[in-house]
Amino acid sequence: MQHTSTQDTLVGLFVASGIVGLFFLAMQVSNLSSFVEEDSYTITARFENSGGLKIKSPVSAAGVKIGRVSNISFDPKTYESVVQMNINSHYNTIPDDTTASIFTAGLLGEQYVNLEPGGSDVYLQNEGEIEITQSAIILEKAIGQFLFKSAEESAEEKK
Amino acid sequence: MIQFLQHLGKKTRTSFTKLGRGTFFLLQIISGILSVLPRPRLLLNQMYSIGVLSFLIITISGLFVGMVLGLQGYYTLSDFGAEETLGVMVAASLVRELGPVVSALLFAGRAGSALTAEIGLMKATEQLSGMEMMAVDPVKRIISPRFLAGLISMPLLAALFSAVGIIGGQIVGSGLLGVDEGAFWSQMQANIDFQDDIVNGVIKSIVFGFITSWIALFEGYDAIPTSEGVSRATTRTVVNSAFSILGLDFILTALMFGDD
Repeated sequence: MQHTSTQDTLVGLFVASGIVGLFFLAMQVSNLSSFVEEDSYTITARFENSGGLKIKSPVSAAGVKIGRVSNISFDPKTYESVVQMNINSHYNTIPDDTTASIFTAGLLGEQYVNLEPGGSDVYLQNEGEIEITQSAIILEKAIGQFLFKSAEESAEEKK
Repeated sequence: MIQFLQHLGKKTRTSFTKLGRGTFFLLQIISGILSVLPRPRLLLNQMYSIGVLSFLIITISGLFVGMVLGLQGYYTLSDFGAEETLGVMVAASLVRELGPVVSALLFAGRAGSALTAEIGLMKATEQLSGMEMMAVDPVKRIISPRFLAGLISMPLLAALFSAVGIIGGQIVGSGLLGVDEGAFWSQMQANIDFQDDIVNGVIKSIVFGFITSWIALFEGYDAIPTSEGVSRATTRTVVNSAFSILGLDFILTALMFGDD
C-alpha cells in the first residue's frame, strides 16, 4: 500500500499548508498580533463634541499609542460625549491634570485622542476622569468661522 | 395560453419537488456523517481527490489574482499619492471577498463537477443500486465522506488563496513597483481586523463549501442515469453553484459588514 501512504502524506501537507495560511492571515495580515489584550485600566473624558472618534480609535501620548477608545456615549443631562478609554497598565503614571484632545492624523486621517500630561503628582486611577478636554475640530465649523470673519473684515474696509 | 400556464405550473412543481428532494438528501448526508467518523480512511481518500488535487489551481490563481490586484491598485492609488495603502487594499479585498468567492468558484469548477460526474456515473453504471443490494447504504459509504471532505477543504483552500494572493500583491507592489515594504505590512496590520475580516472570511468559505458540495453531490445523485443526463447534471452543478455562491455572498456581506 505504498500508494496510500503517499496519499496520506499529501493530504497531511495540504491540511498543514491550509493551517499555515490561516495562521499567516491571523498573525501577519491582521491586527491580532498587536491585539493581545494586556492588562489595562479605564479612564473617561467628557468632550463637548467627539467628532468622528470611533470605538477602537487609538489613544496616544507624545505620539505613542498607549490605549484604545472602548466606548463612546452621549450624556443626556450635560449634553456631552462621554469617551471611555482603555489605557495599557504599563502607563499608570498619567497625572490627573492631563489634557485630552481629539486630533486628526493627517488631513484626512482617522481621529484619535491625544493625552498631554500635566504637572500634577497625583496619578489617574482606574475609573478616573480627565477634567480638561478639548473638542474635536470640526472642519466645517472652522471654515464657516473663517469665512464669516473675512467677510466682516472686508465689510469694515469698505466703510 | 392554457398550455403555457400548465407548463409553468409543471415547471414550478418540479423545481419545488427537486428542492424538497435536495433537502431530504441533505438531512441524509448529515445523519451519515456520524458513520464516517469511525472510518477516517474514506474521508482521507476524498480529502485527497477534493482538496489536494485542487491545491495547485487554487494557489496559482491566488498568486495571479494578488499580483493583478497589486498592479491595478497601485495605478489607482498612486493618482492620490496613497501607494502605502496598497497592502490594505490587497489584503482587504482578498480576505473579505475574492479569497472565499473566487476559490469557491474554482472549487465548484474543479472539484464540484468531478463529484457530480463521478456520482452520476456510479448511478448510471448501477454501482449505487449494487451497493444497496449488498445492504450498504450508498449515502453513508459514498456521499457523506465526500461532503465532509468538501466542507473541510474549502476553508483551507480559501485561506491559502488569500495568503498566496497577499504574497503575490507584495511581490508586485514592493518588489516591482517600489512601495515601501514596511508601510505595506504595517498599514495592512493596522487596518485588517481579525474578528471582522478574517473570521468572517472563513465563515463565508465554510458556507460556500457547504453549498457547493451539497449541490454537486445532489445533482450527481439525482442525475438521469444516461450519459446525457450526467453531462447535464455536471453543467447544472457548475451553474447552480456559481449562482448560489454569488447570491449568498451578497447576503453574507450585507449581514457581516453592514454596520461599519
